[in-house]
Amino acid sequence: MNEQYPALLVVVPLLSALVVSIAGWVNKRLCFPVAVAALGMAAWSAVGLLLRVLDEGVIVYKLGGWSPPMGIAYYIDYLNGLVLPVVSIVALLNLIANKKGIEQQFPDKIGPFYTLYLLMVTGLLGIVVTGDAFNLYVLLEIAALTGYGLLAMGEERAPLATLNYLYMGTIGACFYLLGVGYLYIVTGSLNMVDIARLLPPLYQSNTVLAAFIICMVGVWLKMAFFPLHAWLPNAYTYANSAASSLIAPLVTKVMVYVMIRLMLTIFTTEFVFTTLALSDAVVWLAVIAIVMGAVLALAERNLKKMLTYIVVAEVGYMVGGAWLGNRDGMTGAILHIVNDALMTLCVFMVVGNIVYKVKGYAFEDLKGLFRKMPFTMGALVVGAMSIIGVPPTCGFFSKWYLIVGAISSGHYCFMAALIFSSLVSVVLFFRVFEICFYEPFSNHHGHDNHPGGMDEAPVSMVVPLLVVAVILILVGLYTGDIVNHVIQFAIPEAMV
Amino acid sequence: MNMETIISIKPLLAILVSLLVVPILVLSGKRPNVREACTFLAAGVKFLIILSMVPVILNGTQIVYTIAEVIPGVAIKLRVDAFGMLFALVSSSLWIVTSAYSIGYMRGLKEHSQTRYFCFFALALSATIGVAFSANLLTLYLFYEMLSFATYPLVTHHQDHEARSSGRKYLLYIVGTSIGFVLPAMLISYSLAGTLDFSSQGFLAGTGSKPLIGLLCFMFLFGFAKAAIMPFHSWLPAAMVAPTPVSALLHAVAVVKVGVFCVARVLTGVFGTDLLFSLNLNVPIIYIASFTIMAGSLIALSQDNLKRLLAFSTIAQLSYIVLGIALLSPKGMTGGMLHIAMHAFGKITLFFCAGAIFVATGKKNISEMIGIGRRMPVTIAAFFIGSLSIIGMPPCGGFISKWYLVLGTLEAHQMPILFVLLTSSLLNAAYFMPFVYKAFFCRPEDSMFENKVQEAPAFCVVPLVITATISVILLFYPQPFLRLARMMVQSITGV
Repeated sequence: MNEQYPALLVVVPLLSALVVSIAGWVNKRLCFPVAVAALGMAAWSAVGLLLRVLDEGVIVYKLGGWSPPMGIAYYIDYLNGLVLPVVSIVALLNLIANKKGIEQQFPDKIGPFYTLYLLMVTGLLGIVVTGDAFNLYVLLEIAALTGYGLLAMGEERAPLATLNYLYMGTIGACFYLLGVGYLYIVTGSLNMVDIARLLPPLYQSNTVLAAFIICMVGVWLKMAFFPLHAWLPNAYTYANSAASSLIAPLVTKVMVYVMIRLMLTIFTTEFVFTTLALSDAVVWLAVIAIVMGAVLALAERNLKKMLTYIVVAEVGYMVGGAWLGNRDGMTGAILHIVNDALMTLCVFMVVGNIVYKVKGYAFEDLKGLFRKMPFTMGALVVGAMSIIGVPPTCGFFSKWYLIVGAISSGHYCFMAALIFSSLVSVVLFFRVFEICFYEPFSNHHGHDNHPGGMDEAPVSMVVPLLVVAVILILVGLYTGDIVNHVIQFAIPEAMV
Repeated sequence: MNMETIISIKPLLAILVSLLVVPILVLSGKRPNVREACTFLAAGVKFLIILSMVPVILNGTQIVYTIAEVIPGVAIKLRVDAFGMLFALVSSSLWIVTSAYSIGYMRGLKEHSQTRYFCFFALALSATIGVAFSANLLTLYLFYEMLSFATYPLVTHHQDHEARSSGRKYLLYIVGTSIGFVLPAMLISYSLAGTLDFSSQGFLAGTGSKPLIGLLCFMFLFGFAKAAIMPFHSWLPAAMVAPTPVSALLHAVAVVKVGVFCVARVLTGVFGTDLLFSLNLNVPIIYIASFTIMAGSLIALSQDNLKRLLAFSTIAQLSYIVLGIALLSPKGMTGGMLHIAMHAFGKITLFFCAGAIFVATGKKNISEMIGIGRRMPVTIAAFFIGSLSIIGMPPCGGFISKWYLVLGTLEAHQMPILFVLLTSSLLNAAYFMPFVYKAFFCRPEDSMFENKVQEAPAFCVVPLVITATISVILLFYPQPFLRLARMMVQSITGV
């Protein structure tokens, strides 16, 4: 069976989406176990694939037995071998954690919600696993369309915010498709490895240049790279918590993966960093993204929206790291895909728990939360430490590689931006902690001033959250292994 | 100099003891006696583990343990050497005493959230020992940050407006400088040298240009703001809003000493004495430290709030340690390292006394304490002994470290600094003695206290008697601290 992992990864969630939508009519209680089983299977296959890659190297899987370049091939190498388990595990943990939340928010739409959720995960896993540039576009649209559906189920403003995302997201996907079309015109192939083989003689061609830049802009739009970020904060903020804590950690990170795939596999580092010589400009854009993300986050008086701007800043980390043009920077960017997915999941799940209990996420709603929800807040502290970059949480180590990369390529502005963003994160999170810790102030000087006991979210929400918090620390401690055994091989040897 | 090393998990255990006791403390929150018993147990076990390593270290062997290989060339790694052992001994032994004192103080004042208090105290001690036993800069930074965040809820324990503004100041200075200065300096050092492991003559020699090395040196010096070197000192007086046991153990021993420990470690283990000497970097450090000593002492003169006075006194005394290291002479460095221990026992006594007075009378200001010595003779006698130790007069341990520092200035041919030390001692006497005088010697009708005022609870008084006694004993029997300091200096300078 483990020969079929690449197909199972995509087919199981896809088919179970169908099963769930039927199960929804029969008995709503069937949906959750089916969805968990499907994503559990996907996570199992993803981890199995990573282990196989570690063992055997790159795996090529021909879908339906058709050989490339005619058929679609799935390539699993060290890069997507690392990203697949992250995507599937994040989706699984978030699904388990949000069972109660989904029941509370959409008692009569449970079936459709799980269907969309599974389709979305299918799309994301497909994007990561596929080795075909056009197939990637199809899966991108699957993920995007289901994503719009999920995000629009939320507050009053959610549909409008999502419509905005829909326009921007569609433009982004079209850009990507246009770029792939150009590549098809010049090479006659859609298979990534095939394109990469045919391209080098054409590097001086304007069509190839245009194809690369158009693809890149499309991907940047989809990952909300400043200044193409404007759709993200509202779309993520007003959505329901189950959707936002699936989409916020994964979509931007998967798009960063696509960017790195474009840079490393379809095009080569030689083309991206030597022929183009755009690296300085993009790193500067990343600096602006980081600084603006941090500053805009400071302006928010609302926990969830503040976090969405942090996501925008983090995208700047990864784009900047990837474009530094050296091994350390690229290592940092790839490592940060893993770390940022996990830490964004952690903080968005915290918001989910808070919304479940308090029915709000504005700063005024957070008063006294350390007393009321100590476990949830404990997880927020760990997540915050990771975003700030305090060792031994994982966020520190990706920042380490990014900064070392910045120093060795002489981009001191990028290093300064990362340090600045860490400092701003301290302010951002301690402003939240202060509200949760001190308020409401009492009149008496410090003696038993916080009446009222614990009122924690249900166990089924708290346990997955704590698991994520522990993973943040474990991934940090195992950074050495991740880099030495996986990421090192994901980066072409030509890159130093 | 090649040291023999052995691999042992003991240093990790010493750190983990107080980390693992935290869940037990949380679970026993409803039964305070069980909870405090657990704290004592953890403190005792921690001290015993550390004590069991002393003979090995005194034999000239080092103990190492690698926790995780996180970055090529840099692991999260522990190494116990003489200097780390000196600091770990001081902090772990004083944790036991402070735990007893905490019980008296917190229960005496019926403070809220005592479980939280004891949990974060235990966490803070884990981090402190972690800093002491760090084998490289990354591990040091890890535990340094852990200490910053673990002490925040202790400083802001009262959860009122004043606590919040002090907490902000605390974070701004401590975390702001560590992320703003130490983190980039550490990464630049890593880029230059490819390693972060402390070694007896540093690893930066011959790697960077002279201005860059100088810049790094000052980034580290000010980045470890826990050392309270001016102008990054004002978090310490602000942190005095914390309950007194916190001020006593953390802001006279653990946190601030972690700051100077880090500075000393970086100066000796990252830059190395030869590099500092050849670039003349030690001279500006000496003058910055001297300025802090004088300014801190002068400001202390004008304080009426007893704890604030002690805070400024601490700022001045911390710079003694930095000064001693920066002298780069064997005697001066010995004095600096020894001062970590000597100042700790003296200053913690003074804080304990301030807390005991607050528990017994509710007074915080010196001007309201006239005649207190008649009602609380034991406490004020201990205060007198503690202040003698800080001034550096026999019969207290502070005399030895100051003696070495004075010899160090002569050895390094820094005559002006000799006068700084002597003047500062006079200033110390000038701000401590009037209080002791007013407390004991006043006409009965001037006394501000009724007959019914008496000593604080035994849990408060016994610890301060113990630390005062140790302060005296240290003059006559300064081992193993003196020997550890000498061993460390020997391994650095070879003398």
